[in-house]
Amino acid sequence: MTTGNSGLDTFPKLLMHHARERGERPAIREKSRGIWRTVTWRELADEAAGLALAASARGVQRGAHIALLGDNRPRLYAAMCAAHMLGAIVVPLYQDATADEIASSIAGANVTHVFAENQEQVDKLLEILPRCPTVQCIVYDKDRGMRHYAQRELVSYASLLEQGRQLAAEKGDFLQAEIARGSGEDPAFLFFTSGTTGPAKGVVLTHASLIDRARVAASMGGLKDTDVAMAYLPPGWIGQSLFGYVQPMVAGYCICCPESSDTMLADMREMGPTYFLATPRVLETLAKQVSLRMEEAGGFNQRLYRRCMAVGRRVAARTLAGEPLSIGDRLESLASDILMRGPLRDVLGMSRVRVAYTAGDAADPDLLMFFRALGINLKQLYGSTETGFFVALQRDGAVKPDTVGSPVDGVELKMTPQREILVRSPGLFREYHGDAARTAQARNAEGWFHTGDAGTLDADGQLRIVDRMAYVGALKDGTPFAPRLLESKLKFVPYIREAVAFGDGRDMVCALIDIEMAATSRWADRQNISYTGHADLASRDEVYALIADCIATMNAELASDPALAPSQIRRFVILDKELSADDGVLTRTGKLRRDAIGERYRALVDAMYDGRTDIRVEPASGGQAADIKIRDAKVASTQDRRAA
Amino acid sequence: MTIPVHSSVLQSAQRAFPFGPPILELSSISLRFGGVQALTNISFNVLEHEIRAIIGPNGAGKSSMLNVINGIYVPQEGSITFRGERLSEMKPTHAASLGIARTFQNIALFRGMSVLDNIMAGRKLHTHASFLEVALQLPRARREESENRAAVEEIIEFLEIEHIRKTPVARLPYGLQKRVELGRALAAEPTVLLLDEPMAGMNIEEKQDMCRFILDVNDHYGTTIVLIEHDMGVVMDISDRVVVLDYGKKIGDGTPDEVRSDQNVIDAYLGVPH
Repeated sequence: MTTGNSGLDTFPKLLMHHARERGERPAIREKSRGIWRTVTWRELADEAAGLALAASARGVQRGAHIALLGDNRPRLYAAMCAAHMLGAIVVPLYQDATADEIASSIAGANVTHVFAENQEQVDKLLEILPRCPTVQCIVYDKDRGMRHYAQRELVSYASLLEQGRQLAAEKGDFLQAEIARGSGEDPAFLFFTSGTTGPAKGVVLTHASLIDRARVAASMGGLKDTDVAMAYLPPGWIGQSLFGYVQPMVAGYCICCPESSDTMLADMREMGPTYFLATPRVLETLAKQVSLRMEEAGGFNQRLYRRCMAVGRRVAARTLAGEPLSIGDRLESLASDILMRGPLRDVLGMSRVRVAYTAGDAADPDLLMFFRALGINLKQLYGSTETGFFVALQRDGAVKPDTVGSPVDGVELKMTPQREILVRSPGLFREYHGDAARTAQARNAEGWFHTGDAGTLDADGQLRIVDRMAYVGALKDGTPFAPRLLESKLKFVPYIREAVAFGDGRDMVCALIDIEMAATSRWADRQNISYTGHADLASRDEVYALIADCIATMNAELASDPALAPSQIRRFVILDKELSADDGVLTRTGKLRRDAIGERYRALVDAMYDGRTDIRVEPASGGQAADIKIRDAKVASTQDRRAA
Repeated sequence: MTIPVHSSVLQSAQRAFPFGPPILELSSISLRFGGVQALTNISFNVLEHEIRAIIGPNGAGKSSMLNVINGIYVPQEGSITFRGERLSEMKPTHAASLGIARTFQNIALFRGMSVLDNIMAGRKLHTHASFLEVALQLPRARREESENRAAVEEIIEFLEIEHIRKTPVARLPYGLQKRVELGRALAAEPTVLLLDEPMAGMNIEEKQDMCRFILDVNDHYGTTIVLIEHDMGVVMDISDRVVVLDYGKKIGDGTPDEVRSDQNVIDAYLGVPH
């Protein structure tokens, strides 16, 4: 990094630094009413300063908790800056969280002030206000539909900013002093964990730990202030706040907020980001869209696509393996790039992507290879909320698709005998908010944090994640069983949106399958299968046959690996309704909540192991009972192996 | 749906645009097609900034009534007064220049054109540059183009259709086409908006969305809205006053609660034992 960073140990100091150094460069771009509008670093700093002064007048104090509830917008990030200027702790929440989820987060963090994007969020907040006595003030951004709201807690962002600008002349020194008072050891953020195993915990991270990790990651990725990233994931997830706030603060690059989530792809194509973070789910959706549309293209286009992707895969695999490329390979690669891969990268808005990371959940090696074959430098990143995110990542030139790469500088890794990954790093969290017992349980006296993930380090120091410790189990015959691997393989199939594998303590592996409606319905249209809706389509014998084929293919692949052969999926069920975070079976980032799923679908799972071929399920929340079929999947023979 | 649809009672208590004087008055309107009596001696008025519904069973003359207001049909008897000015013969172009915009029961969009272009078409009245000026891209034409585009973008944001801005209308589902049509009518910046069955053929979610947009238009722009609707529930929820027609005659007029308890209306909708 550049010199002179020694004093820049908090985000407001970094912000002021950028406003001085690159004041006219873009900090945030937002597409609004069809036009990209730019907020420069100077404007961002000015707006945050005004907001901070007005917020201070409304009682925001050092150490207070401020919740942010909204999508990625310049104003959300300005509110984040303003809170940090006053030494407050920012609590980003998921914008699609239900009122009850928000209430428990607000109560858990003693939130005093809330920034809400629009009427929808304000409605949720007003509903829970009686249960949240700590909340003094709700700032709303968009005033549409807000005319009839007269609650005294409410104040509009615009009027707050106006007040702040008036205060700026007389109280500018106060703010400078507040910024100077901040220290790197102050807590900066409180993120709620995704809560895959149990209730969400509030993780407190300091300025110093986040800035340290971001600096290391920025120097590894060679980030410059000319880089561009999209801000499109929920700010409540640490990954988004890191790539949309922490890293821009460190590297001075610009983030772009799409017009809406529906226009993300088109907006991304317009901006051409150079730095990209995605969850495996986003990438799966993209990959499925591409393969689906190519399947429909037919004829010459389809043959060209397949041929070029095959070339891309081969070249990418050779490069990763460190094998030299022949002249023929190079020529073929160049031709396929000009004909197909380049244009496809352009359609995906990824032609300028220099570094792309997938994080947040397990990514299937095939998924990674799909994007690498397209010529996109996609790498895995491993980390969790408690570890300041950057624990391990794949390095350029040393990408092994089935690992998450080697530890980032400054991170120490250790494995327990049970193969749990322990992490010690400058980026570790300070504490679980108001829960010293849990903090002590998660981080031992020597500073090792128990990640709860099982993994192994291979010979050249690359980390391979097996699964969550809690989910690693064994079949009845003692064969180790990790559901994550099977599920991420299944999810790569275009027709499968989500899969849940069961096997711990059982004599065989069974799976619940959630079909990808878009792809499956198009397939059904092509097959002239008529259906009335999701539940009907999911119960069709033809669809069962389709999924059975997909599973059989995967089983054949598993059979070739002796360690995995016993994990082949024997029986499966297609769910009549998609798994949803609103039902509590997924986290807001889309990870499975296995306990909740096991509870909710207990009857189905039991029936799979009973050997029944159908079962009548009474929905928990009322409504009509549904008949759900259970089918067998073809299992690949392992006799060759036994004979050998 | 997380956004509740507010009832009109709640709304009227704290309206941004309080009811004004009658903006539109229809007195003793009668309309005949040959021997068929479509409308018989109908009188009612529409207050400025209110949401006024016209309801009635099939063939009651609702669409005819709207077409009379719009100037498509010229009634044989009766008069229309707009803002105190008596209009002997209303023509559609005249209605449009007075600030009356409408949507149609059967969607009447340019199917091959994009959403953006369709809504831009609604800006016709706010375009003054001549054909030549536009063709040569003279300053006035360019300025108007960007002003109009800005106005259209505001509507696109208002109706939450950013993602289909460039999509040809023919490729859109029905509910969205209806929304685009509303957008085109709004682009004219009307003082009175006539909606012909805005919710016909929609599922519940689409209806809720449409209700919200109608209320928002009324609340945000203060537009006076006259709407025809089949769905009684929807009408009662969003309108301030309701006119009930049956066989071309007015059989009820008042607030939703008054109309709901009117014996004539109940008879017309539920039938009377003979």
